[in-house]
Amino acid sequence: MTMDCCEARTSLITTRRSLLLGGASFAAWAYLPKFARAADGRDPRLIVVILRGALDGLATVAPLGDPDYAGLHGSIALTSDGPHAASMLDSFFALHPSMPEFARMYRENHAAVVHAVASPYRDRSHFDGQDVLESGYAGPGRVQSGWLNRALEGLPRGERVMSGLAIGPTTPLVLRGAAPTVAWAPVALPQAADDTAARLVDLYKHRDPALAAALSQGLQLDKAAQGDDMKPKPGSNGAAAMRLVARGAAKLMSADDGPRIAALAFDGWDTHANEGGPVGRLATLLSGLDGALAEFETGLGERWRDTVIVVATEFGRTARINGTDGTDHGTGTVALLAGGAVKGGRVIADWPGLKPANLYEGRDLAPTTDLRAVIKGVLHDHLGVAERALAETVFPDSATVKPARGLLG
Amino acid sequence: MARDSQAALVALNRFGLGARGGASGDFVNAASDPRGFVKAELSRPSGVLLEVPGLQSTPALAQTVFQYQFEIVQARNAAAKSAAPTDIAGKAAAMETTDANAAMPPAEGMQPNPPKPAPPPLNIIQKTYRAEALARLQRATIADCGFAERLVVFWSNHFCISANKGGLARMWAGSFEREAIRPYVLGKFGDMLKAVEQHPAMLFFLDNQQSLGPESRAGENRKRGLNENLAREIMELHTLGVGGGYSQDDVTSLARIITGWTYAGRQGQLGAPGTFVFNANAHQPGAQRLLGKIYENTGVAQGEAALADLARHPSTATFIATKFARHFVADDPPPALVARLQDVFLESDGDLKALALALVDSSEAWQVPMTKLRSPYEFLVATGRLLARVPDDPQRYLGGLNVLGQPLWSPAGPNGFPDSNAAWAAPEGMKLRLDISAQLASRIGENIDPRDLLEFAASDAASPETRRTIERAESRQQALALLLMSPEFQRR
Repeated sequence: MTMDCCEARTSLITTRRSLLLGGASFAAWAYLPKFARAADGRDPRLIVVILRGALDGLATVAPLGDPDYAGLHGSIALTSDGPHAASMLDSFFALHPSMPEFARMYRENHAAVVHAVASPYRDRSHFDGQDVLESGYAGPGRVQSGWLNRALEGLPRGERVMSGLAIGPTTPLVLRGAAPTVAWAPVALPQAADDTAARLVDLYKHRDPALAAALSQGLQLDKAAQGDDMKPKPGSNGAAAMRLVARGAAKLMSADDGPRIAALAFDGWDTHANEGGPVGRLATLLSGLDGALAEFETGLGERWRDTVIVVATEFGRTARINGTDGTDHGTGTVALLAGGAVKGGRVIADWPGLKPANLYEGRDLAPTTDLRAVIKGVLHDHLGVAERALAETVFPDSATVKPARGLLG
Repeated sequence: MARDSQAALVALNRFGLGARGGASGDFVNAASDPRGFVKAELSRPSGVLLEVPGLQSTPALAQTVFQYQFEIVQARNAAAKSAAPTDIAGKAAAMETTDANAAMPPAEGMQPNPPKPAPPPLNIIQKTYRAEALARLQRATIADCGFAERLVVFWSNHFCISANKGGLARMWAGSFEREAIRPYVLGKFGDMLKAVEQHPAMLFFLDNQQSLGPESRAGENRKRGLNENLAREIMELHTLGVGGGYSQDDVTSLARIITGWTYAGRQGQLGAPGTFVFNANAHQPGAQRLLGKIYENTGVAQGEAALADLARHPSTATFIATKFARHFVADDPPPALVARLQDVFLESDGDLKALALALVDSSEAWQVPMTKLRSPYEFLVATGRLLARVPDDPQRYLGGLNVLGQPLWSPAGPNGFPDSNAAWAAPEGMKLRLDISAQLASRIGENIDPRDLLEFAASDAASPETRRTIERAESRQQALALLLMSPEFQRR
């Protein structure tokens, strides 16, 4: 089985394209919000990181103080001592040892954890779960736009930060929609001559407007992101690929005229078998995520002070490990917040407990916090999105889910 | 003539893999009898099989790969003991190199003499993967219409595995398709379903070889139990479709029902290495309720009965008919067409040849405008066909597929590659197609007359604008790149 992880990891960085579709993607809003240049000097940045495949929240932030945790998570449970000890976040919760950067941010009060959280989706299909997580609707398959895009539509538009516009699978659903966005990926292939491209755009304009729009946007985007050194190096692994995407995204976002709001997606969290405990498959992925968060912190420099990163996943995994030292699709999980604007150093949880009777359907961590409340709190306090818009257009029919207060500050 | 030319384009591009260049006469033949041109391949069932000297069966490949993995483990252990690095390090490193490195875009020759380190020697897994890829590409390039190959690709993607799962998956990606998909592409859906779910590659890909009945002898001895990965995807992705009327309890039941479905390992305790075996010791005892029906514990037959019922379920018919029409006709296919395909599927007990014929015989498939974009695979294969170049090395294709986001037999998840314009007609994707076309054209465009190629590919179905754009290009190379990117060549 050791070969498996090696092959899977290497394949993640095969090319820039598989980086985009198979491993990670990045997209951002095309406009500066008006308040970005406002007199009060606030220039907030928001980054949403989607973990596709369902993150095991109990393995990421383990409730070591819960008497049932060790038995349920069995061979992959974390411990607070030994060679790969988890970092205690408080007297009850401990962070996976492969996330030292997040642990440091937490100690510096710039990172927080929300536990036992879930979107309103209660079945266990990845693809529908991701749809609900990213669309912001209470059920799957309803719209082709995402909550982040609809939140942006409500913001006053300032200057356009890039001339390009990209919508498609390269843009995670969460950021798809009417508000213009840009997508970007590292570059590696020799490019066609400008003249050839211009002739083709001209042909498409006459014969195929949809392709004309797509190609024009693709051409502009590549120009906008030129000059970076983002080509994945042969031999680097999935964790390194996550860092690379974050580094490039941070570079674009740190520019004075760069995008302020962005979304990334990382794949590969579906740990059905041999999930691993403090080391192993999930540990490698978490280390990549940890590295990506650190890249944002470094790359954003002074801007980090006014940054919030929200890390979310479509649902959690079973509380009890399955028959193959992994976990199957579950419900409650964690959401992570990081950034200088986060009121960190806290695990925010209305802990449901892991006794059999307390588990959701007898198998999953029961969700006690609606993920939408967390996101609403961030959108309200960080970007100033009105509560009514949050309840009606950003997360339709969610008036009963109040924005969580005091996440930032 | 104009109408026939349009129908020829539908026959060649919507159903097939594009006109072949040279003396094939494909366009003329397709124009004279469009439906007949498409259907001809379906009357030769053996034509769907891929039997090429040198390609081995899954068990034979298993023997090789098990031995290879065994040697590496032994070498590592020996090295660890002596603490002296030997040539094993090199061998182990080669193992961890997938086709990724070698499959980078075909950039050689584009840069002025870059210093090139010698590529590491290919291991047996990489060699096998490439040989399988080459056989599939050659078949796709020489096929008459390519409809049968398109059907293979459709079903292979429906029941996908990913070579990225690990060495065994990469080793078996090709044999899985040859053994579990191709023989049934013109046969019964239920037979394909059974062949797929009992194929070692699928059992490995979705972890079922590790799933043990919690109350089975093996489960109790080893204190291990269920893994519901395969059971869930059988219902969500292979048969009923999400929303097809199953619950979490059904997932768990099916997972129990198929415990014991595994393949024999290197030592062959359960059977010949690399063959499907039913391990009664790992099978959950007792009857199970699935979708309201009780399945008595009849060993392997319990799961086979469950699969047979899933194959005939009305939700399966709806799911398959919709996906089939979406693939060939339009992202939002005409409801009447979907309904007819669904009826054919149900009434014929999942006869996939009947399903394909119903599609070709429909009027909708010939009338709906050609708005779908060719997938990266279809685009690259169509290019090779038009240039009449049968590949003798798969690397340029594999590199191109990686760049364009459709790495061969390696989708990101068990739901396979996407099948909509939103996926492929994206800004980044179109830009990359252009870069690849320009690169290819600069390499070979000098000796080719793009005006001839336009006649082969589209004849008088080509628009005046496309014709003019190609004729006015500043070079043959540029003209070829523009032809490959023209709507006539990209849309289907």
